[in-house]
Amino acid sequence: MHKYLVKRMLMMIPTLLGAAVLVFFLMQMIPGDICALRYAGSGGTFDASQIARCRVELGLDRPIFVQFFEWIGGFFIGDFGTSMWTDRSVAEEIGPRAVLSLQVAIMATIVSVCIAIPLGTISAIRQNTWIDYVVRGLSIAGIAMPSFWLGILIMLGLLWASNYFLGYGWIPPIQYVSPLEDPIGNVTQLIWPALATGYRYSAVATRMTRSALLEVLREDYIRTARAKGVIEKLVVNRHALKNSMLPVITVIGIEFAFLMGGLVVTEQVFNLNGLGKLFVDSVTNHDYTMTQALVMLVAFIFVMMNIAIDVMYAWLDPRIRYS
Amino acid sequence: MTATSTTADAAPNEKSILQRLGRTARRQPLGVISGAMIVAMVFIAVFAPIIAPIDPLQINFADQLVGPTSTYLLGTDELGRDILSRLIYGSRTALLIGFVSAFVGAGIGLVLGVTSAYLGGLFDLLFQRVMDVFMAFPLIIMALAIVSVFGAGTGNVIIAITIPFIPKCARVVRSSALALRELPYIDAARASGFSHARIILVHMVPNVMAPFLIMVTSFVGQAILLEASLSYLGLGVQEPTAAWGLMLRGGAEQFFESAPWVAIFPGLAITLAVFAFNLFGDSLRDALDPKLRSI
Repeated sequence: MHKYLVKRMLMMIPTLLGAAVLVFFLMQMIPGDICALRYAGSGGTFDASQIARCRVELGLDRPIFVQFFEWIGGFFIGDFGTSMWTDRSVAEEIGPRAVLSLQVAIMATIVSVCIAIPLGTISAIRQNTWIDYVVRGLSIAGIAMPSFWLGILIMLGLLWASNYFLGYGWIPPIQYVSPLEDPIGNVTQLIWPALATGYRYSAVATRMTRSALLEVLREDYIRTARAKGVIEKLVVNRHALKNSMLPVITVIGIEFAFLMGGLVVTEQVFNLNGLGKLFVDSVTNHDYTMTQALVMLVAFIFVMMNIAIDVMYAWLDPRIRYS
Repeated sequence: MTATSTTADAAPNEKSILQRLGRTARRQPLGVISGAMIVAMVFIAVFAPIIAPIDPLQINFADQLVGPTSTYLLGTDELGRDILSRLIYGSRTALLIGFVSAFVGAGIGLVLGVTSAYLGGLFDLLFQRVMDVFMAFPLIIMALAIVSVFGAGTGNVIIAITIPFIPKCARVVRSSALALRELPYIDAARASGFSHARIILVHMVPNVMAPFLIMVTSFVGQAILLEASLSYLGLGVQEPTAAWGLMLRGGAEQFFESAPWVAIFPGLAITLAVFAFNLFGDSLRDALDPKLRSI
């Protein structure tokens, strides 16, 4: 197992290196030059010497390969560059926002699991009944519904509900509080984006639960369990569900890695200052160092998540032995 | 075969198209419904100037944020523009970006995927690794990174959505094409001295049409959703063009309490459009290639 882990860790290097090359050279394709764009964007007057100075400052006057290796080298010593917008270090900008985004991501995953597994199970054991059709409809609608619109609808619903029941309009607090200081305030703020993101992500997991469970329910040992008189509830919960969880875990794991994509829009709706908003802001403000660093972070999370899923597999299913 | 049996055979053949349609409708009712929704959408987009009651760009400060009335069936936005007309014209933006990026992205992916499977060896290995790198990013992150380089606007949005589709399609197509490569008719084609390009394009590509069509359909839905997300973030289609995602930006969020219609209808349009394409893709998959059902 340890050998396997080391091997997997080594195998992630080419993918990450490839991602780095891709991101770095994509940024080289910027029409003109970062400095020219920066000054042109500010709208004021500027001359060639200013641009030249900016290029030296950012190190753009050096050969492209030197720039690339310096950028890559920085990752190993924890230097991810300096934001071109705020002039603060990228790590400093990402750090506090990562905590918030991670919390929303975990909450969204919990929401998604709480929706997906019960609904997928009901859908599978009541295959081709009205309840199955409703669940499948809900999950297809979940994939089709943009999470930012769902976010707006949730806010609207909250306003209407609070006006009706409380007599005044209530919207979630905007100021972020740490879960350690004020757990209730923290949850009342973050549960809504978690719901909006989680519902959308539950859709794929629901479908996966349903199809995996349907497959397992056709196995011989399920028939044996039924034949020896085990009640249906136990057959499903004890015998079938556990064995159908492997593909579901893969889906949930990959979705967790991809949650950053969902957060990009959800954080905008709920005005949360997390990684997603930082990403959108850095794209809007032409903050290329920040964009590069964040894209690399997403690739890193994805690769790590894949390893985590593999390890979890071996742990859950002792038949799987990696060598 | 006698003359009588021919006439007996001819009778069902006369109705065959209608019968076949009827059979498809019974087997794939959702497919037919979603197909009809797509046809209706295309119709609305094509005849937008005739269908739309008011000019979608017409700003009317006298009628800001008016609720649904007989003049403005779905109300107006914060600039007094008719929401129904903007939704109708928005279908043009959505379908244009959806179809172009889905077909171009899947088309390039199709040729690359088949080529990779056909050539095999080192090329295939390297190609797979490059695809792995692309797959490490969610669609929207990839698209936003591309927008950050090329800038916003309709043309760049199409590029930003097309590029991430290429590896997704190439992967699926490659796995189908791998099995194809081993078939005797490909050997025969090679033995006949046909060029690689001819074998790939004429002999292999038509045989992986089933996964390709399934991919394209689901890509259109994803592209519409992606375009709406980018436009909502202000990094996609720009004002004053009518686009569903853009309609949810700004006024829709600011005034959603007093004017919920501004926020509700564009989102409904996006959801219905994506829903139709996803459902159609599902039915297409069931009809063409039931083996892919688990995907």
